[in-house]
Amino acid sequence: MASTLSQGLLLTVPLAPLAGAVIAGLFGKTVGRRGAHFFTILGVLVAFVISAYVLAQVAGGARFNETIYQWMVVGKLVMEVGFLVDGLTAMMMCVVTFVSLMVHIYTIGYMEEDPGYQRFFSYISLFTFSMLMLVMSNNFLQLFFGWEAVGLVSYLLIGFWFKRPTAVFANMKAFLVNRVGDFGFILGIGLIVAYGGTLNYAEAFAKAPELAKLTFPNPFGGSDWMLITVACICLFIGAMGKSAQFPLHVWLPDSMEGPTPISALIHAATMVTAGIFMVARMSPLFELSDTALNFVLVIGAITALFMGFLGIIQNDIKRVVAYSTLSQLGYMTVALGASAYSVAVFHLMTHAFFKALLFLAAGSVIIGMHHDQDIRNMGGLRKHMPITWITALVGSLALIGTPLFAGFYSKDSIILAVEASNLPGTPFAIFAVVAGVFVTAFYSFRMYFLVFHGPERFHHKPFPPEDDHAHADDHGAADDRGKAHARSHADKHAHTPRESPWVVIAPLVLLAIPSVVIGFMTVQPMLFGELLKDSIFVDAAKHPAMAELAKGFHGAAAMALHGLQTLPFWLAAAGVFTAWLFYIKMPSLPLAFDRALKPVRTVLENKYYLDWFNEHVLAAGARLLGKGLWKGGDMAVIDGTINGSARAVAGFAAVLSSLQTGRLYLYALVMLLGIFGLLTWQLWPYFLSMAR
Amino acid sequence: MIGPVTLGHYLSLGGVLFALSVIGIFLNRRNLIVLLMAIELMLLAVNLNFIAFSHYLPVEADRMAGQVFVFFILTVAAAESAIGLAILVVLFRNRSSINVEELDELKG
Amino acid sequence: MDSTTALFYVFSAVLLVAAFRVITARSTVHAALYLVLSFFSAACLWMLLRAEFLAIALVLIYVGAVMVLFLFVVMMLDINTDSFRDGFWKHLPVAGLVGAVIAVEMALVLMRGFNVQPPVITAAGAAKVAEVGNTKMLGIEIYTDYLYPLQIAAVLLLVAIVAAIALTLRTRKDSRHMDPSQQVRVKAADRVRIVKMDAVIEKPSAPVAPEAKP
Repeated sequence: MASTLSQGLLLTVPLAPLAGAVIAGLFGKTVGRRGAHFFTILGVLVAFVISAYVLAQVAGGARFNETIYQWMVVGKLVMEVGFLVDGLTAMMMCVVTFVSLMVHIYTIGYMEEDPGYQRFFSYISLFTFSMLMLVMSNNFLQLFFGWEAVGLVSYLLIGFWFKRPTAVFANMKAFLVNRVGDFGFILGIGLIVAYGGTLNYAEAFAKAPELAKLTFPNPFGGSDWMLITVACICLFIGAMGKSAQFPLHVWLPDSMEGPTPISALIHAATMVTAGIFMVARMSPLFELSDTALNFVLVIGAITALFMGFLGIIQNDIKRVVAYSTLSQLGYMTVALGASAYSVAVFHLMTHAFFKALLFLAAGSVIIGMHHDQDIRNMGGLRKHMPITWITALVGSLALIGTPLFAGFYSKDSIILAVEASNLPGTPFAIFAVVAGVFVTAFYSFRMYFLVFHGPERFHHKPFPPEDDHAHADDHGAADDRGKAHARSHADKHAHTPRESPWVVIAPLVLLAIPSVVIGFMTVQPMLFGELLKDSIFVDAAKHPAMAELAKGFHGAAAMALHGLQTLPFWLAAAGVFTAWLFYIKMPSLPLAFDRALKPVRTVLENKYYLDWFNEHVLAAGARLLGKGLWKGGDMAVIDGTINGSARAVAGFAAVLSSLQTGRLYLYALVMLLGIFGLLTWQLWPYFLSMAR
Repeated sequence: MIGPVTLGHYLSLGGVLFALSVIGIFLNRRNLIVLLMAIELMLLAVNLNFIAFSHYLPVEADRMAGQVFVFFILTVAAAESAIGLAILVVLFRNRSSINVEELDELKG
Repeated sequence: MDSTTALFYVFSAVLLVAAFRVITARSTVHAALYLVLSFFSAACLWMLLRAEFLAIALVLIYVGAVMVLFLFVVMMLDINTDSFRDGFWKHLPVAGLVGAVIAVEMALVLMRGFNVQPPVITAAGAAKVAEVGNTKMLGIEIYTDYLYPLQIAAVLLLVAIVAAIALTLRTRKDSRHMDPSQQVRVKAADRVRIVKMDAVIEKPSAPVAPEAKP
């Protein structure tokens, strides 16, 4: 039916960025800065071009599902490197390589003065390779490899400025929280391997209906669980870790310690979407378990709403965008729970573009503000950084779901899909996603107004950063570099932001374009077309969301027109208006609200006390356990046994050695006594017989 | 005991001599030379045994076996005393003393 | 009792007393001399046992060589004999007791078990012995049946000689001698080194103008 793609071409897609990463990483000194960015960008560009070509082929019907290399066979379990390229994969490949390419180009300008330049390029190319291996995989093991690899590179990049203690804390936090998710993930994979006997997607999905009938023993007593539910929930726990769903979301805001380009690449567009992608890919399994879907729905709804609340009170420009990402990931998860997998993936794609745009624009603002990230110190930047301003506006409009912009199509589709869902958690989910529209509009335009409009506050800086040079935030790496920067900007307070260089601006523009048009162009083929039909399996009878959407869809333009009359649009408009009111018209209002709602404010500022819980209960408890095992287990028992046995031997030897006096006559005496004893023993019966 | 001298007499004599020399070994803590002399006495006792056996219990095929053995024991004893005294001389050169009690470097 | 028995008792008594005095003598020279006495009495006992050659050999080898050697060493070493006797007698009870017990045990066994009369010497055997003599009988055995052990014993004696010398030899400090192994190991490079130098050219002095010869 469909033609297949060329294996060599597909192999080039992940291997080109890997080659770039190796060159920049291992030979960074030799090739220098220019060489490093040249090779890595070349690698990613090649990957992007081929991905675009592959997407075109796949849209025309080509598919590919082959094993490239079988690296181990254990009994009947086959471990292989293989590619599965269908609509879903091709779309992800394009998104990943495009955003990665934009970030690579952006980095030339952003990391210009950083001493770890080549290392950074190597890492982001390595990340691209890992993410591509993840999305192109055709079996669970390679998926897990990519999963772990992106987690590892994320750790390396969050802690890129490894001399800053906050960065090190953040990267450890990210890695450990991801680990918790990965634990669930591997349990899920293990269940599938144990009961299904295979790691390959196609084989596992073929076995899914049989697996749906199996039960899993309940460890808490009570009735047995359905196996498929347990497996899907375990897999979703992995997605919760990677895609930062509540309560494993705590690592994402801290990950803003890393340089802005990676916030854009990893924590907006690609790595965090791996969980969403994975659930969409596993749709044949999830469809068979309503409980798992309900779980997904509720978690997503919680994340969507409550993370939005946290975004309202953030003052660091990157943190606002980070919480926005968390909230949007919640939206995608809700769509997954409502069995609208293609809608979730669609939102993934559009979100990738406008969120990456927002992060890079934030980065541009940060460069202009000389690495001061506090939005309370900005204001009126639209006059000084026009292109950044326009692109940020485009991104924000797309984010809040303005009709015709990309975000509108995906967000509204999510809301429609959730309304059509029939799971137990649906009422809460509907409330969450609809209320979230208002919250999203409020916080994103709060940030927009505070940064680009209003009075210019960067001259007098009402909230100066802790380090007097205003360089502590983004300049962690070399102190001498920070000082050089300070010397070159002696007059820091009076410095007016300027527009950033073209290598920073160009990606912004290139990302703004799809943020506007891609929704309009692709809503029909993505949601209702043939592209994702064979990647995603929906049980239409039980989960009618997609069918309802299809019924109500009359084309992209009609949808936009209709959108102007729906509740979400008015909520979004209300959000924008409220933000304008609070931060432009009557700036005294926010303070009044703060005073009135102090307890609410406190809870929000402490991020629902989750971080406190993690640090003081979980982490401290783990440390206490470790210490107890060390002192009690290792030192007392193991060392005691080993050292004790050594001491026993030494003691015994000391006793024995006292026999060795070194004096001949004592040896002779002992010999004599021995002879005496021997004689007496041997001759005893004889003496007895003599006595009788 | 009175009566013809039997093999037992000779063997007892040898035994007593042997016991005397062993006692001498560990009685003499101060004098290494007397230690060596006691060793010679031991060998003498053993030789006496052999000769007694050779006389009283001759093996018809080989009447002289005991005495041949004594011949060789004499040889070996001479060699051993020569080397023993050489060692003693060297020891005395190094330590200026032949006190056996001071020879305890092999103490464990 | 006949003379043999009486002689046996006399010689054994001397032997035992001499042995006792060896180990309890106050001076080392006395101990050596008592040892000589014990060897002599043992030799006499061996004569009683018809081992004439060995008896004489005992005297010759042991007394003549080994005891002389002992006396040499005793005289050579400047031994301080004062401290010998401290603590001597306090060990005697234990030692004496153990030794006495061993001796009594052995005697009980031996007397009972080896109550063997002097052998009946067959006529042929006696004739042979009378004809050949003890020495020749011994010699026949050694040189025919026990030739190999004899050679080994000879080698053993050689080894003992070499060992004794090697242990105690001290080279004279003022003796000079050649060491052939060191001579052979010399390399030409150690002795001679050729250095290339530019020739030193002396400027010729101004030539004496040949005087015009008249």
